[in-house]
Amino acid sequence: MTVMGTPRLRKEDPKLLTGEGKYVDDLQVPGQLWMGMVRSPMAHARINGIDTSAAEAADGVHAVYTGAQLNDMGLWAAPLPCAWPVTPDMVNPPHYPAATDEVHHVGEIVAVVLADSRYGAADAAELVDVDYEPLPAVASIEAARDGSATAHSDLESNKAYHWPLIPDPDALEAAFANATHTVKAEFVQQRLIPSAMEPRGVLAIPSPAGGDLTLYSATQVPHILKVMIAATTGLPEGKLRIVAPAVGGGFGAKLNINPDEILAATLANKLSRPVRWTESRSEAAFSTHQGRGQIQTIELAADADGKLLGCRVHLDADMGAYMMLITPGVPLLGSFLYTGVYAVPAFGFTCDGYFTNLTPTDAYRGAGRPEASYAIERAMDLLAGEVGVGPDEIRRRNYLGGGEHFENLETPATLVFDSGNYGPNLDAALEMAGYADLRAEQQARRDAGSSTQLGIGLCTYVEICGLAPSRALGGLNYGAGGWEHAVVRFLPTGKVEVVSGSTPHGQGHETSWSMIVADKLGVDPDDVTVLHSDTAISPLGLDTYGSRSLAVGGVAIAMACDKVIDKAKEIAAHQLEANPDDLEFDAGSFTVKGSPDKTMPIQSVAFGAFTAHDLPDDMEPNLQEQVTFDPPNFAFPFGTHVAVVEVDEETGRVDLIDYIAIDDCGNQVNPLIVEGQVHGGIVQGVAQALWEGAAYDEDGNCKNPSFLDYLVPSPTEVPSMKLGFTTTPSTSNPLGVKGVGEAGTIGSAAAVINAVCDALSPHGIKDLPMPATPAVVWKAIQSSKNGGQS
Amino acid sequence: MIPATFDYVEAESADAALAALAQHGDEAKLMAGGHSLIPLMRFRLATPGVIVDIGRLSDLSYINDGGDHIAIGALTRHMAVETSDLLTTEVPLLAHVASQVGDPSVRHRGTIGGSIAHGDPASDLPAALLALQGSVVVKGPGGERVIPAGELFTGFLETAVGPDEMITEVRVPKVPGAGWSYQKFNRRAQDWAIVGCAAVANGSTTVSLVNMGPTPILASAVNDALASGADVDAASAVAAQGTEPPEDLNGDVEYRTALAQVLVKRALTEASGG
Repeated sequence: MTVMGTPRLRKEDPKLLTGEGKYVDDLQVPGQLWMGMVRSPMAHARINGIDTSAAEAADGVHAVYTGAQLNDMGLWAAPLPCAWPVTPDMVNPPHYPAATDEVHHVGEIVAVVLADSRYGAADAAELVDVDYEPLPAVASIEAARDGSATAHSDLESNKAYHWPLIPDPDALEAAFANATHTVKAEFVQQRLIPSAMEPRGVLAIPSPAGGDLTLYSATQVPHILKVMIAATTGLPEGKLRIVAPAVGGGFGAKLNINPDEILAATLANKLSRPVRWTESRSEAAFSTHQGRGQIQTIELAADADGKLLGCRVHLDADMGAYMMLITPGVPLLGSFLYTGVYAVPAFGFTCDGYFTNLTPTDAYRGAGRPEASYAIERAMDLLAGEVGVGPDEIRRRNYLGGGEHFENLETPATLVFDSGNYGPNLDAALEMAGYADLRAEQQARRDAGSSTQLGIGLCTYVEICGLAPSRALGGLNYGAGGWEHAVVRFLPTGKVEVVSGSTPHGQGHETSWSMIVADKLGVDPDDVTVLHSDTAISPLGLDTYGSRSLAVGGVAIAMACDKVIDKAKEIAAHQLEANPDDLEFDAGSFTVKGSPDKTMPIQSVAFGAFTAHDLPDDMEPNLQEQVTFDPPNFAFPFGTHVAVVEVDEETGRVDLIDYIAIDDCGNQVNPLIVEGQVHGGIVQGVAQALWEGAAYDEDGNCKNPSFLDYLVPSPTEVPSMKLGFTTTPSTSNPLGVKGVGEAGTIGSAAAVINAVCDALSPHGIKDLPMPATPAVVWKAIQSSKNGGQS
Repeated sequence: MIPATFDYVEAESADAALAALAQHGDEAKLMAGGHSLIPLMRFRLATPGVIVDIGRLSDLSYINDGGDHIAIGALTRHMAVETSDLLTTEVPLLAHVASQVGDPSVRHRGTIGGSIAHGDPASDLPAALLALQGSVVVKGPGGERVIPAGELFTGFLETAVGPDEMITEVRVPKVPGAGWSYQKFNRRAQDWAIVGCAAVANGSTTVSLVNMGPTPILASAVNDALASGADVDAASAVAAQGTEPPEDLNGDVEYRTALAQVLVKRALTEASGG
C-alpha cells in the first residue's frame, strides 16, 4: 500500500470551492413552479376551515391546495414511511405530507401554494387564512408521560412503544443487591436542531409523455428515497430517477422521506410542470427532523474496588409528532452501548417512546450513540467520586479485555466487539494532555482561591459503525438490509471508473474511493473516477449514514478490485502464455515469477479485455466486476477525549481552553479526511454541551428557531484541537477499517460536561444540564453557596 | 427568510435621502449597512414599503479631528472606526468597542450611524456613545441639530431622530489620557452582549450598560454613587438599580443583575488602572 494512509487533498474541493459544484437550489429548469408551504403556527389544533381565495388571486400563483384537497386528489398510496417499527404493537399515527383536519406540531404543512417565483410563493402562503381551534399541546417528555393531554386527539395515550433488552433479569437484580457502590443519575438529552450548511431542497421534473420522473433532492439517501417514493405515491419504481447533486452536509437530517419530497414528486406529475422547494432557515427548525430528545436514567452497581457489577438504563424518548423513517429506532441504536468500553457482567435496558406535539425527531450525528456514551461516561465519573478514585483509574479498572488488545469479544449488551485496545489509548490521551500537570495546576488554583477554576474531563467512548449486517438489522425489525454495492471497471484507455452506492454529502468519498482503488490496482488516484448519487448511474445502494461508507461501501470497492485483479490475471496469463498461479501482481503489473521480462501492465490487460480479440475461452469481454458486501459484523471504533475548561465562577462562563482526542478508527485511508471528521464531530458534541438546544414553551413553540438564538459555535469558540490516533484494525472487514464520521460527536459532550463538573466539584456540584450556559452554571454555583443542591 | 415586497431607492446624497423620506413618509426606511434592518425584513418583522439606501454615500464616511472632539461620518464602517489611528489615540474606547461588534463581515458592512440610529439596547456602540457623553448631528427638513447621547434613546428601538431626519455625524469628545474599559459578556464572540458595560474615567467616571433595559442606558446609580465618593465595590453593587433587564434564554433578571455587578466592577477596576 502506498496511497492509503497518507494525507491527500480532496479531489472534490476545486469544484465545490469555485462554485462549479451544483446544489439543488442551483439547478434551474424552464417552466418550474415554486412551492410555498403554509405551516401551522400551533403545536396542536383542529383545522376548522381554510380560505385560499386571496392566495389564489395573487399574481403569479398557479394553484393552492389544502391538505384535505391533496388527500382527495389521490396523490398518495400510503402515508409517509416509518421503516423501523421497533415492536409489533408500536403506535404509528398516519402521517401525510399535509395535515387534513388536525395539526400536531408547529410547522406542519396545512396547505401548499404553487407560484412562478419563490418570493411569490412565500407572499401567497401568507395570504392563506386558516381557522385553527387550539387543542392542549404536549410540549415535553414530562407532559407526554403525564398524559393528561394527548398529542393526537384520537390516541388514548402518548406512549408509542416499550422496548426492553434485559438479557438476564435475575443476574441484573443480583448485581445491584450485591453492590458496595451504586450510583443513579438522570440526564436530559436536549433536542438539537441539525444545521447543515446547505438547507434541504427538492426539484421534481416530470416527463408527461414518457411517464417518468426525475427528482433532485438534497438528500443523503437517494436509493432509499426512490424505493420510498414508489411505495408512498404508487409511481412505478422503474420510472423514478433520484439524484443527489452536490449536497452540503446532512448529519442525519437529510436521511428522511419528507413531506416536501412527496409533494414535489406528486404535484409535478399532476401539473406536468417541474416543481421545486428550497427550505428557508426560518423553516428549517420546523420542516426538518431534530436530534436527541431523551430523558435517561442510568444506574451503576460496583464492588468495593469500583469494579462494575451491573448497569441498568431506562430511556423516555421523544418521538415528536410522528414516526419518521427511523424515529423509533434511534434511541435503540444506543441501547447496546450503555455499558461503553467496560466489562459489565449484568445489563438491562428499557426504552419508552412518547409522542409530543413537537417536530419529529430522528437521526442526528451519532443517532443514539452520543446519548449512550454521555450517560455511561457521566455515570463513570459519578462512580469514581463514590469510590474515591480518579476518573482515569475507575475506567482502567473496568476496561473490557483488561485494557489490553482483544479481538471478537462478546459484550454484556449482546454484541461482539471486533477489536479494542483501550488502555494504551487512554495512556496516549493522558500523556498528550499533560494530565498530571493539569491536575497540579487545578490544585494550585483551588489553593489560591482563584475565581477561575480549571476542570479536566475524560470520555473513553466506543461506538458502532459499519451499519450493518443485514441479519442483525432484521433482528431489530429494521425495514432494509445493510449491504453496499460497488462496481469497478477499467475503461479502454486504462482509466478506472468506480460506481458506488454510497452517497457522499461532504465526506470526500471520491477521494477516499480513488485511494483504495489506486492501491489495489496500482493506478494513479487521479486516474480513478467515482460515479455516485444518481440512481440511473448507480442503481444499487443503501447510501450514507451511521459512519457506514468506508467500512461497508469502501470495502465493497476493495473487494471488487480484487475480483478485477483475479480476472485480469486470467487474461494476462493467457496472453503471456503462463499459468495464472505463476503470475505476481504488483504496482499495476503482472509478472511471471522468475521471469521479470515477461510482464504486462493491467492497463494493457484492460485494453485486451475491451477488444476481446484474444481472451481465454468462454471469458466475457471487458474488465469490470461488481460486489455487494454485507458485513459479517459491525465495527467498533473507540477513543479517549480530554476536555480542559476554565470556569469563571463570578459569571458562570465556561471556556474550553484545550481539547485532546486520541481516536482509534482502525486503519485509515486518508488521515486528512479523518482529522476533518474528528474536528467537526468534536465541535458538534461540544455544541450540545455548551451552546445548542431547541427550547420550547409549554404551548410547543420553539423559542430559538433561528441562528439569532440557536447558537451554533464558530471557530472562535473552539480551541485548536490536539488530535492523535491509535490503530487497532477491525476484524469485520478485509481493510481493517472502522469509521469515523460520528466519533467526535460521540466522545465530546461527555468530556466537556465532565470537565465542567470537575471544575465545580469543590462546590459539591455533581451534574449540570446541557447546554451548560453561563446562566445555568452561575445558578448552580449560587445554589451550592446557599446550601442547596445543584 | 424571504422579505415582503418593497421598493428601493438609492440615495445619491444626504439631501436626496431626506427628500425620499419626505416623499414616502412612514413607508420609508433608511438603510445604511443593512445589518440591523435586513434581518428584521427577512423575518418579516419589518415590512417597509420603500428602502432608501444610503450605503453608498461616501461623503458621509470620514473620521475628522474637530478640535475638542472627533467627528465621525454616519456612514463610517465599524472596521474604519476600529482601525483609525486618530480614534485609537484620542478615543481608544470607541475604537475598541467597534472591534467588538459582530464578526469581521459585519464590521466591514455595518456603519456607526446605522448602529446608533437603530438604538438596540444590546448593541455595543450606543453604550460607548453614552459613556463618552458624545452626541449625534441630525439633518432634516429644518436643517441640522445636535442631540446629546443622553437624550437620544427614547424607547425600545426608538430614538429622538425624527422620521424625516437622518443622523449624519457622530461626535465623541477627545479623552486621550482617560481610563476606560468595555466589558462585553456573550456566549459567542459574534453575538450581542447578554450584558455589557462601558466606563470612562476622565476626572469623573461615567458608566453605561448594554442590554439592561429597553434602551441603551447610563448606569445612573453607579455614576451617582461614584460622584458621592463610593468605592468600586460599593458602586458596582448598585449596578442594576433602576434598570429593567430583559429575560430570555441567555438569562433572567437575577442573572443579568449579577452580571451587571460583576462587569461594572471589572470595568471600574480596569478604567481606574487597577
